[in-house]
Order: sequence, then structure tokens, then C-alpha cells
Amino acid sequence: MKSTARRQSYGVKGAPYAFLLPATILFALFFALPIGYAIWLSLHKVKVSGLGLGSGARREVWAGLENYTDALTDSELVNGALRVLGYGCIVVPVMLGLALLFALMLDSENVRLAPFTRLAIFLPYAIPGVVAALLWGFLYLPDVSPFYFVLDKLGLPQPDLLDGGPLYLALSNIAVWGGTGFNMIVIYTSLQAIPAEVYEAAKLDGATPVQIALRIKIPMVAPSLVLTFFFSIIATLQVFNEPTTLKPLTNSVSTTWSPLMNVHRDAFGEGDVYGAAAQAVIIAFATLLLSFGFLRAANRRQKQEAAR
Amino acid sequence: MSSLAVPQTEPVAGSTPGTAQGRPPLRRRIALIPTVTLFLGAIYCLLPVAWVVIAATKSGRELFSTFTFLPGTGFAGNFRDLSAYRDGVYWEWMGNSALHAGLGALLSACVSAFSGYALAIYRFRGRETIFNVLLAGVLMPPVILAIPQYLLLAKADLTDSFLSVLLPQILSPYGVYLARIYAAAAVPADVVEAGRMDGASEWRIFTRIALPMMIPGMVTVFLFQFVAIWNNFLLPYIMLSDDEKFPITLGLFTLLEQGANTPALYTLVITGAFLAVLPLVALFLVIQRFWSLDLLSGAVKS
Repeated sequence: MKSTARRQSYGVKGAPYAFLLPATILFALFFALPIGYAIWLSLHKVKVSGLGLGSGARREVWAGLENYTDALTDSELVNGALRVLGYGCIVVPVMLGLALLFALMLDSENVRLAPFTRLAIFLPYAIPGVVAALLWGFLYLPDVSPFYFVLDKLGLPQPDLLDGGPLYLALSNIAVWGGTGFNMIVIYTSLQAIPAEVYEAAKLDGATPVQIALRIKIPMVAPSLVLTFFFSIIATLQVFNEPTTLKPLTNSVSTTWSPLMNVHRDAFGEGDVYGAAAQAVIIAFATLLLSFGFLRAANRRQKQEAAR
Repeated sequence: MSSLAVPQTEPVAGSTPGTAQGRPPLRRRIALIPTVTLFLGAIYCLLPVAWVVIAATKSGRELFSTFTFLPGTGFAGNFRDLSAYRDGVYWEWMGNSALHAGLGALLSACVSAFSGYALAIYRFRGRETIFNVLLAGVLMPPVILAIPQYLLLAKADLTDSFLSVLLPQILSPYGVYLARIYAAAAVPADVVEAGRMDGASEWRIFTRIALPMMIPGMVTVFLFQFVAIWNNFLLPYIMLSDDEKFPITLGLFTLLEQGANTPALYTLVITGAFLAVLPLVALFLVIQRFWSLDLLSGAVKS
């Protein structure tokens, strides 16, 4: 008995590592190695000797932090970051506000058509960002858009949605449209997990549904709100698909509209993979800093509230 | 937010004059504000979809001359034109997307199931470290990955190939995470222990006992990853240059790039977008019945 137990425990010991082998190999090849390579690239540059002809004329040499200082003084990158910050200040609050609102509405009593509306609001999740941007792009085009048709019939001024300030709203709208449903489902699911007894006492005390929502429901789903916020920040800072898709429709979206587009242009348009790598590392770092900073602040607040 | 079953505290703010006031209350009253709000939200979300369905039926001339939400007569023609465009390259794009997403999601679900099972069932040195490292992958912005991935795959002479899009998308940190939670909840430890007592190998216990219990969770991982791969744009955009290998997202984008300056191509782009949305919406309608939302909430809670 003792010997079989030992033999089995030996087999058991090796098993988890065997099960984890595929994931580990894939992680090493497609996550760890590329990240390491990106950091290596960001610290190097190409030195061209002579006319740059023949093999050995182009050598990779150590560049130190040169690529980083170049990136941080690159006005296109900085402007792109500011544009995306402005865009994020619209997208994240509106999207999560709507998601929370819809989730609370779905969770309330005597709502008609709830299954249908829940499905309809979740539907954009299934639509690729590129196709979403394309659909809205056409809806923004005066020639084919129903909005312009209505404005025209009413004799109202017709703003250019693909330029200047309205462009931010136009782009934000695409992200809000695509992301609200998913976040709504996440919040709604955690609302459903709250046991009904929690409300009963409040109801008996005559609390209104608005009070129940504000005082009981929202605090109880705070963890899922924090999580949706966290992932929304990460996704927003990396916006790429929507502005890239709108680009053919308007001249106002430059090839460097968002930081990610700037990285893509530098790497593939201008062939400067070293500078692009430094930019990518900076963006990744800033993203992690912002999102984790938010997470820490949220945690601290929750702890404070728990202490009170 | 004024949903209320208790009639006497119905907040006045929400009810428009004349609704239900003074009438004998219905057996189940309708909460007006929530219903209307949700309905407006639904209209907002369905609007672009409704638009593309109708616009796809319009011939090029009708698109610019008739009211937007008036159906046209040109769908058959648009469909023929799109299928004929560059010898049917559109349907190659659809096929590529189906292959990328189907195979990628299947492999992803398998890798997630292995990892999730190992992380949930076994106690071993380095368990939490491995889990945390794998999970950190979800936070890595795709951009910091995509460029070096391209350069590294170029060294392996794999760029512009099916594998260059498939391989980087197999490991899904989120999938591993869901699989771990699901395995922990669905596979009881004593069942695994009973298998060992009967002398079954660890592999046999996994395939014969644990995996069947984990199937609903793995279906969820498969669907999440299917949608993620089908919707991915950045990776194929960077990896592929031969347009016969494009997935549908990239194909539509190039079609739009060419079509933006030639309104004659608008109908092709619109019909293409409509047909590209169809399979995912159909899949979505079928699966949302099976979609394990408890799993999602479990993921959020922990």
C-alpha cells in the first residue's frame, strides 16, 4: 500500500507540469520572447557604414535610451496620446455609465421585453470593431446617412461628423456602441448574484427603488465595476481598429491619430522597428501604470469604506 | 430606476400623465422608466444593424436617391457583384475567417482545459506563480506583442502564412482563467481521488472523468475565443500581405480603402459588411441560450 502510494504520488507530481506544457511553450514563444525582443530592439539602432550597400554595411548597435528620448519628444506620439486621452475621457464614463444604468434597469421589477432588450444591447459584442466602424462610418456620411436626411428635411444645420471636435464624438460613439453590452452583462450578472433578502428589509422600510439602487445595489457590485473600468482603460488606450477603418472616409484621421497607429506607421510605413519598439514599450508601460494605479486607488477606497 | 411593484410608492417623476394613474392596477404593472430606457438602448444598438440590412438591398442608384430606411430591389445584384468581385475573393475571406476562428478557438479551448484542470486540481510547487505569469499575458497590450511577433515570425519565414495568424492566438490568458475557475467548481476532488484509487492514470482521469464535467465551461471558452479571433484585425493586418489569405475583417477594410473614393463600390462594401455580420449574429443568437453567465460572474467575483 505504501509503495503504491509513493508510486502514484510520483505520477501525480509530474502530471500538472505535463498538463501545463502546451500553455507554457506557447507563452514562451508568443508572449515572453516577443516582449523580450521588443525591449532588446528598443535599446538598439541600425548603424549604416559607407553607402549602406552590401552585407555588413548595416549593423545593429547599442543605442541606450536614445530611442526612448526620441519617442518622448516625438510630437506626433505625444499629440496622439493627448487625443486618445480625450477620447478615453468620453468613452469610459459614458460606456460604463450606460452599462450600469441598463444593468440596474434589467434588474428592476416588472420590466417588459427584458430578454429582448438585453439581447439587443449585447448584440454589438458579436460585431467586429472594423465592421462596427464601417457601419457607423457610413451612417456619418452625408450622402447615405439617415441623420442627415432628417436634418435636411427639418432644415437644420448639418455638422460634419468626421472632422474636428465632432470626430471625437463620432469615434467615441463607435466604442460606446460596441462595448456597452458586454459590460452591462458583467454588471447585470453580479447584480443577479445578490440574494433577494438583502433588499427585503430596505423595501419594508419604504426605500424607493432609486435608493435601493444607489445605496445597496451599486456598492454591492463595486468589484465588478472596478474590473470593467480596469479593462476599459486598457482597451481604450490601445484604440486602433476604429480610427484606422474611418481613415479612408475622412482626411481628419491621420496615420498617427492614436499612439498605436503611430507605432504601426513607424514600424511598417517607415521601417523604423527600433523606434517603434521603444514607443510600444512606453505605451505598454503607461497602460499598465494607469490601469494598476486605478486598481490600487479603487482598492484603497474599498478598504477605507470597509473600515468605517 | 423607478421599477416598483408596490403601487403606493410609484414615483411620479417617471410616469407620464395618464399612465396607470387612477386606473385599477394591472395584475403585474409595467415599470415604465426601465422599460422605456432599455427599449431606447435596444434601438440604439440595433440601428446600425438595421441600416446595413436595408442598405444591402439597395442598388447603387437607390442607395443615394431613396430614403435610408426604405428597402431597395438590388440585393440579388449586389450579391452577384460581390461574389464576382476579383473572382470571389470575398468568399475566400469568409472561409479564412471561419478556419482561423474555428481551429484557433478549438485549440485554445484544449490548451485552456489542460491548464485550467492542472491549476485547479493539483497542488504543486510554483502553481500560483505559473498562474499569475500566464494571467499577466492578458494585460500585455497587443501592440507590444504584435511587432516583435512579426519580426520573429519573419525570421522563421512564417509571415504571410496561415500559421502566423493562428499560432499567436491559441493561448488565451482569459481562457486559462475561466477554465481554472470552471474546473475548480465542476470537478470534485474526491471524484479524481476515486479514479486514482481505481488505478486510473492521470491522463485517463482527465479525459474520461474530468473533461466531460468541464465541457460546458470549455464551450464558453471556445465561443469567447471564436469571437475574439474572428473580430481580430491588428494581427492579420500586420502579418498578412497576400489578400487571398486575408480574414474577413481585413478583406472588408481593403475593400473600403478602395471603395471610399469610388461610390460605385459602396454597395459592395455594404453588402460585404452585411454578409460578414450574419454568421456571427446567427451564432450569437444560438449560443446566448447556452452561454454560461454564472461563469462570467464567477470570473468577476474572484
